[in-house]
Amino acid sequence: MSFVVARDIFQSYGSRPILERVNVEVAEGEFVSIVGASGCGKSTFLRLLLAQERPTRGEIRVAGAEPATEPGLDRGVVFQKYSVFPHMTCRENIVAGESFRTGFGRFGGVKRRAALERADATLARIGLDHVADQYPATLSGGMQQRLAIGQALAAKPRILLLDEPFGALDPGTRLSMHDFLTELRAETAMTVFMVTHDLEEGFKLGDRVLVFDKPRWDPTDPNAYGATITYDFDARDGGIPYQRLTENAHGLRPA
Amino acid sequence: MRLINREPGAALKAALVALPFVLVFIAYAIGSEIRLAENPQDRLLPAPSTIAATAERLFTEPDRRSDRILLWHDTAASLFRLGLGVAISAALATILGLLIGLLPHVRASLASFVAVVSMIPPLAVLPILFIVFGLGETSKVVLIVVGILPFLVRDLSARVMEIPREMIVKAETLGASSLVIALRVVLPQLLPRLIQAVRLSLGPAWLFLIAAEAIASEQGLGYRIFLVRRFLAMDVILVYVLWITLLAFLMDLALRRLSRRLFPWTETGL
Repeated sequence: MSFVVARDIFQSYGSRPILERVNVEVAEGEFVSIVGASGCGKSTFLRLLLAQERPTRGEIRVAGAEPATEPGLDRGVVFQKYSVFPHMTCRENIVAGESFRTGFGRFGGVKRRAALERADATLARIGLDHVADQYPATLSGGMQQRLAIGQALAAKPRILLLDEPFGALDPGTRLSMHDFLTELRAETAMTVFMVTHDLEEGFKLGDRVLVFDKPRWDPTDPNAYGATITYDFDARDGGIPYQRLTENAHGLRPA
Repeated sequence: MRLINREPGAALKAALVALPFVLVFIAYAIGSEIRLAENPQDRLLPAPSTIAATAERLFTEPDRRSDRILLWHDTAASLFRLGLGVAISAALATILGLLIGLLPHVRASLASFVAVVSMIPPLAVLPILFIVFGLGETSKVVLIVVGILPFLVRDLSARVMEIPREMIVKAETLGASSLVIALRVVLPQLLPRLIQAVRLSLGPAWLFLIAAEAIASEQGLGYRIFLVRRFLAMDVILVYVLWITLLAFLMDLALRRLSRRLFPWTETGL
């Protein structure tokens, strides 16, 4: 059974349709890249997955559960900006990933010490142990995004949503962030949705690339119709499809 | 080189800082000199030396009748009222600002109300305060609260809403409740802005304090100024005005230092 199911999603702001008839099913552990032109509802779809907004029609279910009404622990998110808390040091930011769910958002005593140790391990893993006591504003853009990803993962979400996470980074940093994300995924095997402007990035990282576009276009009123998923590419094996079907193609698969 | 790109050196900068102060002092000294030359009994512009002598007397010599140094007592009374008024306003404004900024239901009910209330001229309701709270300390403190609370509430609730939505959503995905978001995400980022807002409202707070003291009081800096006005004691008034200015300046400086000390993350940008 599919892990994330979006069925017949429509979303409009006022009278302006953004998304129409979006249907998609995603298996657990898949990395889904979402690409498309500006204003084609990519980020809107991500907000719907996050349950920050609710669709005008249709529903999104995760693992068969009732559609969520607000963002929660099962969905982690990293935005392009503002994804870490500026008033906490890096270590505190990571601890927040675990402690925010408690009554007052803090750990005390033994729990706190254990959480700090885990945070240090996480910081070492994401290569930020040398700046553990610094505030995020002193870090470079790439380091801040690594911290944001580390913080999101500390909460152990079932789905990770990335909204143009590397959009503001320079090309070199971007490449090292790709390696970083690929490694993390190999370790956690989490379901990931990533919105990106960069097609190459989408195909490089994703198992699947969803393209959002407007299937109908009214030249006198460009906002008359919403966007939907127009292409659904298999991006595994370097984007060359049918690579894995060869052995099965001639009836060689054991019955 | 363009004028906008020219920076004064350290020595010149110090001189430029001092220049307006020196100019005002010289202008006053000349004016005072001219008037005193015409009429040695003139009281309007006492000589700087007279003011200095008066200041020394006011700061050190006890009053003959009450045997207390009045200036220090006035200062203590005024600072107590000011501090209490500002502290109450700051505490209430923080709570209301958080509620209005974070909770749509509270915002719907209170935001316009606060906007309307902030248009009431506080001095116009001063008589009501005197009638309701009597002529004691309460009415003066309440006037300061009435005077600066609406501004603080509007400012702080706007600051809460300025916090990027992404940050709040991020906290939600970490499982934070509304209370945790308020206490651990929004409040720490609001406090430096609270200090900023309090610094801005110190001026109005002094205005309302002196107004209330001028009308009905038995001690206080504002009371003394308006009392000696009857004797045209310009030297005393000027000493008090300079003293109030110094106090207000020191408070502002202290708050600025405090903000830098308590919230190092606000200025740690690269």
